[in-house]
Amino acid sequence: MKHESVETNAGLLIVLTLAVISVGGLVEIVPLFYIDDTVEEVDGVRPYTPLEQRGRDLYIQEGCYACHSQMVRPFRDEMLRYGNYSLAAESQYDYPFQWGSKRTGPDLARVGGKYSNEWQVQHLIDPQSLVPESIMPGYPWLAENPLDMSDIEDRMLALRRVGVPYSLTEEEYERNVEKYGEEHARMFDINRAEESLVEQAQAENFDGNSATITEMDAMVAYLQVLGTMVDFSEYDDGHFAEFR
Amino acid sequence: MSTQDNKKPGQGEDEVKTTGHFWDRDLCEYNNPLPRWWLWGFYATVVFALVYWILYPAWPIGDGFTKGLASVTYEHGDEEVTTHWNTRALLYRDMQTGEHAVRQRDMLEQVAGMEYAEILQDADAMSFVNAYGQGAFGTWCVACHQVGGAGVIGQYPNLSNDHWKWGGKPEQIEEAMVLGRIGYMPGYRDRLSEQQINDVSAFVLSLNGYDMDADAVEAGERVYSGHDAGCIQCHGAAGQGIESIGAPNLTNDLWGLVDVHGAEDDQARLQRVSRFVHDGAEREMPAFSEFLSDEEIKVLAAYVHSLGGGQ
Repeated sequence: MKHESVETNAGLLIVLTLAVISVGGLVEIVPLFYIDDTVEEVDGVRPYTPLEQRGRDLYIQEGCYACHSQMVRPFRDEMLRYGNYSLAAESQYDYPFQWGSKRTGPDLARVGGKYSNEWQVQHLIDPQSLVPESIMPGYPWLAENPLDMSDIEDRMLALRRVGVPYSLTEEEYERNVEKYGEEHARMFDINRAEESLVEQAQAENFDGNSATITEMDAMVAYLQVLGTMVDFSEYDDGHFAEFR
Repeated sequence: MSTQDNKKPGQGEDEVKTTGHFWDRDLCEYNNPLPRWWLWGFYATVVFALVYWILYPAWPIGDGFTKGLASVTYEHGDEEVTTHWNTRALLYRDMQTGEHAVRQRDMLEQVAGMEYAEILQDADAMSFVNAYGQGAFGTWCVACHQVGGAGVIGQYPNLSNDHWKWGGKPEQIEEAMVLGRIGYMPGYRDRLSEQQINDVSAFVLSLNGYDMDADAVEAGERVYSGHDAGCIQCHGAAGQGIESIGAPNLTNDLWGLVDVHGAEDDQARLQRVSRFVHDGAEREMPAFSEFLSDEEIKVLAAYVHSLGGGQ
């Protein structure tokens, strides 16, 4: 094809330009979808329960991701501060994932279980009351706003469509029972989503206020599960190096 | 206009050549070749890429990828494992045999192997305790105990003053970290009348040098020692506290759970202490043996001790 015919034909020029600049992206991204080891096989990673999932939605709604990443990188200083580096498998049910790269605040990938529920609640209401030098704004309304759970089923349906194994049919439910155990499988059943959400919020009462289920319940439930699904003591040093 | 502008481009010996295309009859484009340094730079990146492909994980093939010739060796149990170059293996190697990791581990073992009395006397050991302790304290303790161990009155104990409910010796601090602590004082709203609660609170304040109503103090002393309240069973006859059960000293004018010093006058102080006796309190510190090794806890205990208040 002659240089001149490309330069004089705007449509052709656009098509060829797009073809050339997509090569880099295609070569780097497409193989990740069929290479076996992209997402490590690891025990324990499960979808979020309805309450945790609502917390995750609030995390995004309140813009937490603007300051907090959720990705511990494989460096010694990060291991010492945060714990084991993050695995791809750990965010396989995150749509979209919250890896991020901007850390105005600390990384939260392994914050689950590090502080008590009471600490999290107090810290979200007024961060400076616990960490005077913190620049994080307070989110006191989380403790006041009742949690809107009317659309939890729709939210789970949407996630199911992109690949999160929430169950709709009996067959899918049985499959979840086998994979995650009955207790969790019940939580992942879209048909009883609201019931499960209320059940978990009342049983664990994350915000310390048993009268209402607030946004704080959901947010703390989400924060407390972050990074806790995989038990790294089950795996040898080096196990995960085989995947990269 | 100069004469040059009238000439057609591409004419003459010293002129830059054009690409040879003409648009709208006489519009053409100079063909300036790239500078040589740029071109060689480009070739160099091509060569770099070829070398990179050979050494490091690079090309996807089927459901796997080329792993490259470069390798990383790290320890796995007693044996050495060699694997293709990747950042996770590099991390293991760095954690095991990296210069700083080894130095830190050696120091940690060395310091943890010493007695507390030795550590506190040894300048080298203490400089390690300070450096390491600051990091570990920042990760695990600061969320509650605050920067420098300042604590939060009513919530989290101050670690930088002389007030130690469970004892301020390094061994006692270590024990608190290993086992965790649950502090509990019952609320007296059902067992004492409001009057009695006020009296006993006045008595406790008087133990700390506050000038309270003499009648109330006298009545309060009887409540304090009396059977209904049983204050002496935990706080002792003289209010000196009992470390083994975490009952604080009530005579040193150091207040962890009631903000006595933040009150405006004696009336407000009395009110705050009464409120506390009325409600009671329960506080828990989690056990850290789950998160930290014995060596880390020992160094951290020495660090906390050195924050200012250790005994």
